[in-house]
Amino acid sequence: MDLFLQQILTGIANGAIYACLALAVVMIYQAIDHFNFAQGEMAMFSTYICWSLIAAGVPYWAAFFITIIVSFLGGLAIERIIIKPLHHAPVLSHIVVFIGLIAIFNSTAGAIWDHTIKTFPSPFPSGSFGGLIGLHEVGMFFVTLILLLAIFSFFKFTRVGMAMQAAAANPVSAELVGIRVAWMLALGWGLAAAIGAVAGMMIAPIVFLDPNMMLGILLYGFAAAIVGGISSPGGAVAGGFLVGIIENLAGTYIPAIGSELKLTVALVLIVTVLLFKPNGLFGKTIVTRV
Amino acid sequence: MSHLLEVKGLHASYGPTNVLNGLDFSLEKGGVTTILGANGAGKTTTLRAISGMVTRSGEIKLEETDIGAMATADITRQGIAHVPEGRGTFVRMSTEDNLNLGAYSRNDKAGIAEDIERVYSYFPILKQRRTQQAGTLSGGEAQMLAVGRALMLRPRLLLLDEPSFGLAPLIVQELFAILKRINVEEGVSMLLVEQNAALALEMADHAYLLETGNIVISGTSQSILENETVRRSYLGY
Repeated sequence: MDLFLQQILTGIANGAIYACLALAVVMIYQAIDHFNFAQGEMAMFSTYICWSLIAAGVPYWAAFFITIIVSFLGGLAIERIIIKPLHHAPVLSHIVVFIGLIAIFNSTAGAIWDHTIKTFPSPFPSGSFGGLIGLHEVGMFFVTLILLLAIFSFFKFTRVGMAMQAAAANPVSAELVGIRVAWMLALGWGLAAAIGAVAGMMIAPIVFLDPNMMLGILLYGFAAAIVGGISSPGGAVAGGFLVGIIENLAGTYIPAIGSELKLTVALVLIVTVLLFKPNGLFGKTIVTRV
Repeated sequence: MSHLLEVKGLHASYGPTNVLNGLDFSLEKGGVTTILGANGAGKTTTLRAISGMVTRSGEIKLEETDIGAMATADITRQGIAHVPEGRGTFVRMSTEDNLNLGAYSRNDKAGIAEDIERVYSYFPILKQRRTQQAGTLSGGEAQMLAVGRALMLRPRLLLLDEPSFGLAPLIVQELFAILKRINVEEGVSMLLVEQNAALALEMADHAYLLETGNIVISGTSQSILENETVRRSYLGY
């Protein structure tokens, strides 16, 4: 029983990270209709920035928030400089650019910080909660929970949040009510980069820091986005927790999977959901009258 | 009356295709002007050119301000509200959120709340639908919402692109009666594009007839109504 509870709790904690990445992916998807394959590498790069700041003697939480701001500005810049000129380009151009971004971030990180695996500090005390789950996991869960709540309140209750949704849903009408759509898209990239940065900094103490650290995690993030429904930010978050729990339980209780084949679980989930419920578990079918 | 909008030599194009070949026209403050014309004459494009939604050149002056090179969002902020073809509501948001977004460029909270009530007084059905997803509204309700959202800007000029499109005759009558009230009671000037020429001429005080990107006839609605060509081609009697 303890093992079961332990796996569920670990699943929820990891799921929080997947939820963040899924949310970042969904936000960009809603704005430009494409998966940002570079989301993970952007998060990895942000995590390295935080590591450098801490190594330079900046206190953890200061480094944490500076990294969020830098990542936000970085995301903004990527949209303005690289994505905006592609506005009317076909899907393949976008995919090539995303792959290019992956390569750029990955090699730049390797060049600056080299490829050796580094430890990344946790702001939370070591030890465990009732012997079930590490305190870092507990802290990570609450940090991401606060982040998710903040993001949802931003979209639900602020003018700019509403405007961002409007710009993503109907750019022409958004312009006609005075929303500067181009800036809303850039803002979306900035936010997605900031959310990714939090996910990266929170998961790094567990998976350790190296240029390929986010590869597997982004795959779980994609699985979460697809399981939850790519059209639904709330669904993506729920999908994140679901994927986290399923992945851990499958790894523990299905001997054939073990820890080596865990990543396969994400792929199986993606394929299964796309086969049987392409809109995802929580994806809304949009109601429109014609 | 003084001119609210003055347009000189307006050209507009989609890619290499020219749609407007140098239009000159003006709108009077507080008036209702209509643009008549067949399909493809350039009526919708004229509205889009004013709102900066197509590539255009020429002079467009809103009173003292030259808006000919401005971006759409900035033109909106100058007080031109455009009710687009097909309504363009935010279908996944509630009716009230749509209205709130209409006032996006404004900062006076109290005034916005007041204006939402004012829109509800013009269109009581929208109040019943306030929490309903805009995509589930009927065609008439959606058009009312589109007009309501435009009013939330407190516009100087309202551009209406085929507001009667796809609506039942009774709903059209109701909608046009309310538009007329808004024009008279609030002094909102309007530029109306309509397929239904009889309806448009009844509502408007001035009219322009557009043929393949050129203005061929202009004048008061009365004089246009009496024009032999217009009557045969556009009114059908």
